[in-house]
Amino acid sequence: MADAIVCESVSKRFTLRESRTLKRRLVARAHGREANRSFLALDTVTFTVEQGESIGLMGLNGSGKSTLLKLISGVMRPDSGDVLTRGAIAGLIEVTAGFHPQLSGRENIYLNAAILGMSETEINRKFDEIVDFSGIEKFLDAPVGNYSSGMYARLGFSVAVSAESDIFIIDEVLAVGDPPFKKKCIRRIKEIRDQGRTIVFVSHNTTQVQRICNRALVLEQGVLTFDGTVKDAIHKLRYDDEDDVDAEGGEL
Amino acid sequence: MSTVGTRADEQSLPPLQPPGDSTGLFGVFRRRYLLKLLVQKELRVRYQASFLGLLWSYIKPLIRFLTYLIVIGYVIGLKDLEGYPYHIFSGMIIVTAFSETLRAGTRSVTKNKSLVRKMNVPREMFPMASVLVTAYHVVPQFVVLLIAVWLAGWHPDGPALVAGVLSVAILVTFSLAVALAFSAFNVYYRDSENFTETIAHLVTWSTPMIYTFEMIADRTNGNWIEQVYLLNPVAIAVMLSQRCFWVPTLEDPATGVQPDNLQLRGVLMLVACLAFVWLAQRIFSRLESGFAEHL
Ligand SMILES: Nc1ncnc2c1ncn2[C@@H]1O[C@H](COP(=O)(O)OP(=O)(O)OP(=O)(O)O)[C@@H](O)[C@H]1O
Ligand SMILES: [Mg+2]
Repeated sequence: MADAIVCESVSKRFTLRESRTLKRRLVARAHGREANRSFLALDTVTFTVEQGESIGLMGLNGSGKSTLLKLISGVMRPDSGDVLTRGAIAGLIEVTAGFHPQLSGRENIYLNAAILGMSETEINRKFDEIVDFSGIEKFLDAPVGNYSSGMYARLGFSVAVSAESDIFIIDEVLAVGDPPFKKKCIRRIKEIRDQGRTIVFVSHNTTQVQRICNRALVLEQGVLTFDGTVKDAIHKLRYDDEDDVDAEGGEL
Repeated sequence: MSTVGTRADEQSLPPLQPPGDSTGLFGVFRRRYLLKLLVQKELRVRYQASFLGLLWSYIKPLIRFLTYLIVIGYVIGLKDLEGYPYHIFSGMIIVTAFSETLRAGTRSVTKNKSLVRKMNVPREMFPMASVLVTAYHVVPQFVVLLIAVWLAGWHPDGPALVAGVLSVAILVTFSLAVALAFSAFNVYYRDSENFTETIAHLVTWSTPMIYTFEMIADRTNGNWIEQVYLLNPVAIAVMLSQRCFWVPTLEDPATGVQPDNLQLRGVLMLVACLAFVWLAQRIFSRLESGFAEHL
């Protein structure tokens, strides 16, 4: 099979606290300090995803999962290394990304679908399906700013799954949905998987990852430390260790 | 899977390439539908909780025009200038349009944070949308101006029409260039907003709108100050607009004092502005790679 995502020693560095003001810069220089401290959010991450694979991306908070998804989706660029992808990418990287709080749900559906590259006729055709999936018909004309976070997620997810992408990425958006909606989403993601599309799925929920993914990557403080089966990944992260939920102190 | 199979597979597939849309301004034109939605969104949001709504884009220039008319005309005494309301109005349209694009364009990326963080949008969309929003506000003002000069016996000659076209072209390209560059700077340094206010102020006073070019020419006699004055694209656009709307209303058009070879200057300025757009696009795409993490 062909490669869908190729990451070749990808690194991303963030500035921790930026001193952008002239005064601070001068003070920092006078004290012989560097004005901006930085840290590596991703450290030479290398992996390849084949077309049709569904990858679970796991790791503790702040380990760099969302950053990696942003690089894959092209929202951010790596500082060094190469990220290459094949075909269109859709999905959700942040629950509220792409929504304008002052616009109604309806207007936001059009805007988001257009951002995902759909044409006007395509959106018109899929509109009912999107609304139907989201289950928020009643609030369609209310400004999105008044939505609950679950409703945000519903709307975002519904638009994202309606796009015809080759790669589908999801970052923890299911965390805020209620159980019936989650179930619906999982079913939809499985459909996407069974269509042979590539999936990158970020979740702390081991059951979800097990049900959707056939391979898992584990990030620890920006370093890719594991690439293999989901079961082993969960074991490595000690997420299966009930007594030791507080596993940060361990081997991680 | 055999090698042959892989090759056949890969041929029918889209290429492996860096993600994200870096097609720049050309990408914006290819995604016109999204651009249209963004412009609609902008207009919608701006006037959402407003009682007078779009009427404001008539009320504000009208009030400004009347102030200039009274203060400049009667208090300061410019009313002796033939057709001076048209002189003011034709300049004011250009200056207002530029200032509005400058202000809205500078904020266009930072204000659309949540959209910028979403994937696959050529981010030039946002400054471009502010240029179009301004156009939406300015076109009706041009209509009003046209009606006014028509009533005053406007008979444009060929050079007047050329000047009009050049004026709008310079206005659009220069505004776009400035909006592109400033929207990108503003992501990194929020000083840009103070900067734009300062520029808007300078532009109001460094263009012959509330005074005449004749006054500048009288005091400078073509020295280097006048040459510098004429390097300002907005000043050139204002004078071209006056050549188009004000000069043809005069009893004897020759009495309208303007720089020599105004249209030629206009053409050169337009070329310079196109170069600015190119440069601004370069700056934008250079800075764009850091947008997501700085917003
Ligand atoms: N724009 C940014 N500027 C500075 N630091 C950032 C930025 N974005 C992320 N970081 C830092 O990078 C690190 C990795 O963040 P990231 O969001 O990728 O973590 P994550 O694995 O998705 O965590 P979570 O499980 O909480 O979602 C964090 O320490 C975060 O503070
Ligand atoms: Mg995250």
